[in-house]
Amino acid sequence: MSVSIDVRGLGKRFGAFTAVDDVSFTVRRGDIFGFLGANGAGKSTTIRMLCGLLAPTAGTASVAGHDIRREPDKVKASIGYMSQRFSLYEDLTVEENISFFGSVYGLARKTIRSRMPWVLDLAGLRDRERSLTRTLAVGWKQRLALGCAILHEPAIVFLDEPTGGVDPISRRKFWDLINTLSERGVTVFVTTHYLDEAEYCNDIRLIHAGRIVAGGSPRELKERVIRHPLLEVECSRPVEALEILQREPWVLETSIFGTTLHVSVADEAEGRARIARILKQRSLSLIRLDRITPSLEDVFIHTIEEQTGARRSGEARP
Amino acid sequence: MKRPGHRLRPIIIKEFRQIRRDPRSLIFLLVIPAFLLLLYGYALNFDVKHLPLAVCDLDGTSASREFIGTFEHTEYFNLKLRLDSPRAIDRSLGREDVRIALVIPRGFGEDLAAGREPEAQVIVDGSNAQSASTALGYIGAIVQEESVRLFAQRLDDRGLRGPAFPLRTDVRVWYNPELRSIKFLVPGLMAFILMVIVVVSTSFSVVREKEQGTMEQIAVSPVRPSELIIGKTIPYILISLVSAHLVLFLSFILFGISIKGNYLFLLLTMVLFLTGGLGQGVLISTVTKTQQVAFMISILTTFLPTFILSGFIFPIRNMPWVIQAFSYLVPAKYFLSALRGILIKGSGLSAFGPDLLFLAAFAVLALALSIANVRKTDEERPRARRWRPR
Repeated sequence: MSVSIDVRGLGKRFGAFTAVDDVSFTVRRGDIFGFLGANGAGKSTTIRMLCGLLAPTAGTASVAGHDIRREPDKVKASIGYMSQRFSLYEDLTVEENISFFGSVYGLARKTIRSRMPWVLDLAGLRDRERSLTRTLAVGWKQRLALGCAILHEPAIVFLDEPTGGVDPISRRKFWDLINTLSERGVTVFVTTHYLDEAEYCNDIRLIHAGRIVAGGSPRELKERVIRHPLLEVECSRPVEALEILQREPWVLETSIFGTTLHVSVADEAEGRARIARILKQRSLSLIRLDRITPSLEDVFIHTIEEQTGARRSGEARP
Repeated sequence: MKRPGHRLRPIIIKEFRQIRRDPRSLIFLLVIPAFLLLLYGYALNFDVKHLPLAVCDLDGTSASREFIGTFEHTEYFNLKLRLDSPRAIDRSLGREDVRIALVIPRGFGEDLAAGREPEAQVIVDGSNAQSASTALGYIGAIVQEESVRLFAQRLDDRGLRGPAFPLRTDVRVWYNPELRSIKFLVPGLMAFILMVIVVVSTSFSVVREKEQGTMEQIAVSPVRPSELIIGKTIPYILISLVSAHLVLFLSFILFGISIKGNYLFLLLTMVLFLTGGLGQGVLISTVTKTQQVAFMISILTTFLPTFILSGFIFPIRNMPWVIQAFSYLVPAKYFLSALRGILIKGSGLSAFGPDLLFLAAFAVLALALSIANVRKTDEERPRARRWRPR
């Protein structure tokens, strides 16, 4: 399969601050590539470098076959970009926005006219082409923005937290669009902090403090990162239970998910028995105790904690 | 396959559409200049005419009445009050009923007839130095003219044909023979109004796109910074040219100011000046982060400098050299000088060529800096975010 994005040792420093540190990965053509990380982890900086907006301070990357350092203009012409902030002109109509972005990418008027119905259908905005964009609901705006970003049929689309602030139904529709694009051979590079959305991706990289800390398909990640059985505990006073379990040496890891706890142990049977015993000792009532398949959220939390832990101990012993 | 700058067109069309959607910006560009011209054109008037005059004629002879008549029969003074006693002068000057009082002492006519030198007293309200000194000039001229007339009459009475006066001057006023201050003011007003309007209106252009996030969308598109800046400026050049013509038309209708020189030079001057002003606005827009800040900087950098340092009202050559040096940086100064040349004097290119060169240089510099700034803002760190461990 051909490579669509090839990133090698990419880095970006702002003064003394390293935003992106020696990042390398490849994205195959037609993949839905998820780029995950907390705010400030370096997601936006990486995307901005790949889109030719920022010059890297180390390493390089090729996007759609163009070097981002030497040919940023060619990179820009062959990608589509849509960001977390809705960024079409609110005081132009739907139609005017489409034709503006079309002609900015050098499309002939005839081409724009022929693709207009397609974008309108995609955004579900038939019969609203003359409405001012500001009058549209967020979900529609988002789909129109995507439509404008892919009007020139780019080989790659970069979506920077595209579903931020959108209701679940619109999010679902948006992901249907992303799947359609991927089926047509368009590479989709998407950042998100909705971890349920990351499940839709073929390939994922997790970035933390400017470095890639984990990667693979969602399944690979779950299998590789969470090697120990994961138990889900439902009990009374979960916060208290969390504090108790965190102090036990045999508990590898705990985290709280709503009213349930996820507890990682070395051995399932032994872990079940120990959890039941200690909760009983502290007179907390155990409601349910199940082994679960880890979610991406578990992977995410596990990896980040491992990273911060490693860093802390590293700092303590120089 | 595509000609260079083919991305200008969509940007220009987009700007026009946005301007049309926001009638406030059109009103600001087209109506406000005309309104300001009207306001300032009538309010700023340095001509001193029809000054209210009080007369206290203690003599009451035909000679004194004749002398008063010489004041009354000019358009500079209006006889408004006749006072019986000089003591009333203080009150009427203080209340600003009159600005000037003329006191003719008892025995004025007698002294005049006897060939002694009679004295009349003139009291001027000096609180407004400008009009007071102008009035003093008029009074001096009137009195001198009257003295000469009386002297000649006296010689005539004695049957003498007086010798020619040793010195005569023949004063002609060129370009503005009636010495109407409005002719001097209108070019300055045009420079002032257009500068403020043009800078303010474009100072929003880039910063608004930054605020709304569309700047980022433009930045990832193949649009070059130069195409963005020039594409944004062109619609405003056209609109502000319309505005400038409106102001020209109004100054003709209201103040009778016609274009004495070459219209094409005038057009060129206006295009250069407006482009420079728009460039300054765009430049402000590229360095600011919010529309409010952009507005404040625009007002600060146009209002006072243009008002004070362009030679609009205050002559630059009377200023201390430090301030004079600053005035060389004010494009309105050059525009004003060229405009006075073309509009009022009808002078040729040689008179204002250097002014045009400066205006052109200013425009190019402002736009080039804007383009460089758009490029640089991309290099900023994408928002200051802090990472918090869970």
